[in-house]
Amino acid sequence: MDYSDIQTIEHDVLVVGAGGAGIRAAIECASKGLSTGIISKSLLGKAHTVMAEGGIAASLGNVDSRDNWKIHFRDTMRGGKFLNQWRMAELHAKQAPDRVRELEEWGAVFDRTDKGLINQRNFGGHRYPRLAHVGDRTGLEIIRTLQDFCVHHGISTHMECTGLDIILDGGKVSGLLAYWRETGRFVLFKAKAIILATGGGGKAWKVTSNSWEYTGDGLGMAYRAGAELMDMEFTQFHPTGMVWPPSVKGILVTEGVRGDGGVLLNSEGERFMFNYIPEKFASETADTEEEASRWLDGDREARRPPELLTRDVVARAIKKEVEAGRGSPNGGAFLDIASRRPAEFIKKKLPSMYHQFKELAEIDITEQPMEVGPTLHYFMGGIRVNSNSQQTNVPGLFACGECAAGMHGANRLGGNSLSDLLVFGKLAGDGATDYINSLSGQLKCSNEEVGKIIKGATDILNRENGKNPYLVHEKLQNIMQTFVSIVRTGEELEAGLNKLQELNADIKKISVPASAQYNPGWNEALDLKNLIVTAEAVTRAALIRQESRGAHTRLDFVGEQEEGLEYNIVIKRTDSGMSAEKVRREDPPKELADIGFASLAELEGGGIGA
Amino acid sequence: MERKFNIWRGSAEKGEFKTYSIKLERGMVVLDAIHRIQAEHSNDLAVRWNCKAGKCGSCSMEINGRPKLSCMTRMNEFAEDDSITIQPLKTFPIIKDLVTDVSWNYKQNKMIPPFKPRVKKNGEDHVMYQQDVERIQEFRKCIECYLCQDVCHVLRDQDKKERFVGPRFMVRLASLEMHPLDRGDRIPKIKNEFGSGMCNITRCCTDVCPEHIQITDNGIIPLKERVVDRFYDPIMWIYNKLFGIDTK
Repeated sequence: MDYSDIQTIEHDVLVVGAGGAGIRAAIECASKGLSTGIISKSLLGKAHTVMAEGGIAASLGNVDSRDNWKIHFRDTMRGGKFLNQWRMAELHAKQAPDRVRELEEWGAVFDRTDKGLINQRNFGGHRYPRLAHVGDRTGLEIIRTLQDFCVHHGISTHMECTGLDIILDGGKVSGLLAYWRETGRFVLFKAKAIILATGGGGKAWKVTSNSWEYTGDGLGMAYRAGAELMDMEFTQFHPTGMVWPPSVKGILVTEGVRGDGGVLLNSEGERFMFNYIPEKFASETADTEEEASRWLDGDREARRPPELLTRDVVARAIKKEVEAGRGSPNGGAFLDIASRRPAEFIKKKLPSMYHQFKELAEIDITEQPMEVGPTLHYFMGGIRVNSNSQQTNVPGLFACGECAAGMHGANRLGGNSLSDLLVFGKLAGDGATDYINSLSGQLKCSNEEVGKIIKGATDILNRENGKNPYLVHEKLQNIMQTFVSIVRTGEELEAGLNKLQELNADIKKISVPASAQYNPGWNEALDLKNLIVTAEAVTRAALIRQESRGAHTRLDFVGEQEEGLEYNIVIKRTDSGMSAEKVRREDPPKELADIGFASLAELEGGGIGA
Repeated sequence: MERKFNIWRGSAEKGEFKTYSIKLERGMVVLDAIHRIQAEHSNDLAVRWNCKAGKCGSCSMEINGRPKLSCMTRMNEFAEDDSITIQPLKTFPIIKDLVTDVSWNYKQNKMIPPFKPRVKKNGEDHVMYQQDVERIQEFRKCIECYLCQDVCHVLRDQDKKERFVGPRFMVRLASLEMHPLDRGDRIPKIKNEFGSGMCNITRCCTDVCPEHIQITDNGIIPLKERVVDRFYDPIMWIYNKLFGIDTK
């Protein structure tokens, strides 16, 4: 068939995804004079960035002047169990403050300190109050600021438009085929470079804080285009998701609750986090309730409460308490701020948490404790990129934000995601600009490639009898929830992998016999093609990493192995299917290693990494 | 227990209410029920949603005649023998089923002159005090669910979309006009293009706002007052003439 009459839109660069990273990347490209388009599965301003609550990490030093990029960098590396890409963590810590100031210049209104500067709050794993915030709706503030800025900067936004696959010409990116949700019609974007900013794949799990959009689209598209995925075994379970009622199970409860004084209690009323302080963090964590209270009151000599340990530690602790029979009635732990702070303070600092619990669970958090438990929240892993240019191994293909790997290593610190979006969104825009400027010759999107992608998508509509996409998705979620969960064993992972392979056959048999116009069943079926790639990649990587590190916990391989620091696991497509292998890490630059491994006293005394 | 839902199915040209019966569980919201209908009865039932926690403003619809976020409407708000009628927002053209074309709103937003900050002094950080930013932080809580636009008489019943940007964008204008750093002047446009005079202060928009923003009292009325001060106050008129402030 001839597809030459298909709707075609041409840009220099096409950004896929309109969350914080995507819009920031598009702004950078447009400001460099490139013709820039951005496509998003939802309406502009609805991306998952909107859900980010607690804040954006940047060492502005407005609340505690001892903070600087080196301490932020060290916190990030320690949080990531030193598996982060050193250079990415460095760029992030150095550039985050400028990205925050830039937001203010574009109209964002952060909460203020007494002196009228941007206020910063405490968060897990961050040595000093570092998170610029707006109550507990920081993500909304950021996305709205970017959205309102970008509409005046000549960026073409194509809303409710979903990418299907990337088209290459001679190994280089030449375009992307997508469809409009509203009409179901296909559209070909011709572009010299593509920046993926599609987020993670949390929808592979049953209990997740992620929305329907989080189906690993960028991961699937990049994988099929020949790009590599990395660190996929590191999936973050946020310790505090709602556990009741069942229909909202998994919805996020911000870490800000703990940052502002909330404590975790078991059914016996015990503040159990004191029993779970890892050796590595013992010297920087309070070991009595008395010291933790002093810290909350602002005593600069007191150490941080154990509720603010990194997310992997807190999530596992809650799980252990529940398993030991000390859980809350609905299988979680109690998160109590009511007895710690006055009602007015809670309503002011955590307004959306107050409403969320009041309206969805009929609980008044200024009077009663919340019930919380782990929920799949974030992918540390993703598309492997060059630390400086954000380019993948496919020329012209870039990735940034949650869909890219490397910045967070084995575990992400809260607040480092919003800053990641902006820092690497901008850098991906820079990288794509440099690439396009060095490009010569014409690129083509072949009729044959376009035809293949269209056929793969329309087959689902033409099949008379087949599987229900919603039920296949549910099956996938059950497999991941059961076999690739917060703690893992080799046996379970093997079983999960087998079940995923069986499910792959079901996905090929899905049918949605209806029109393509705004058809969520068809959209779901198309998303599943990416979600299964994502799920398989996580499972294979988890099987190979035979140690427990950060967010990846193996019951059959307890604790970190020294050897575990020597490699990242890289996934790619081969003729015989998905391959997962260990790829040796380069040694860190000496000046960065000095900072990362320094003690706080050494670092704060100056001299190191100066 | 089985519950009955009457849901609008169809396109802009034609459609009808169809009845679905499903089993409910404790704690469910209307959006859960719609998802269950989608999975069990009608895979292609079109509905917008994202965060399912009242933070993104995607799942707006009219439930038993009230504009609401379906993710924040609990089933136990309704009596046990109530049947639930769900239809798309009336103010905007239907695309399919519960999904409407809200692109008009994005066009209004684009017409608003952007934020124009004062220049930083010697590269120092901007100073703004909490008490001065609080009133615009209220406006910036807006999640763009467009429930206020849906319920606004000027847009819904009189269909005067060419003369009034609607409550959502009055609030956005207020957030810019009252921004301590902003140096723009949008008052003439607020009067002439954005239609501040069209609002007759019935406060229906405030009633339906899921973020509880005092749209009318804190947003629209102060803008109306600024327009009056600029254009209709004789003393201000002389002052503006003397200092060359735009009063056209």
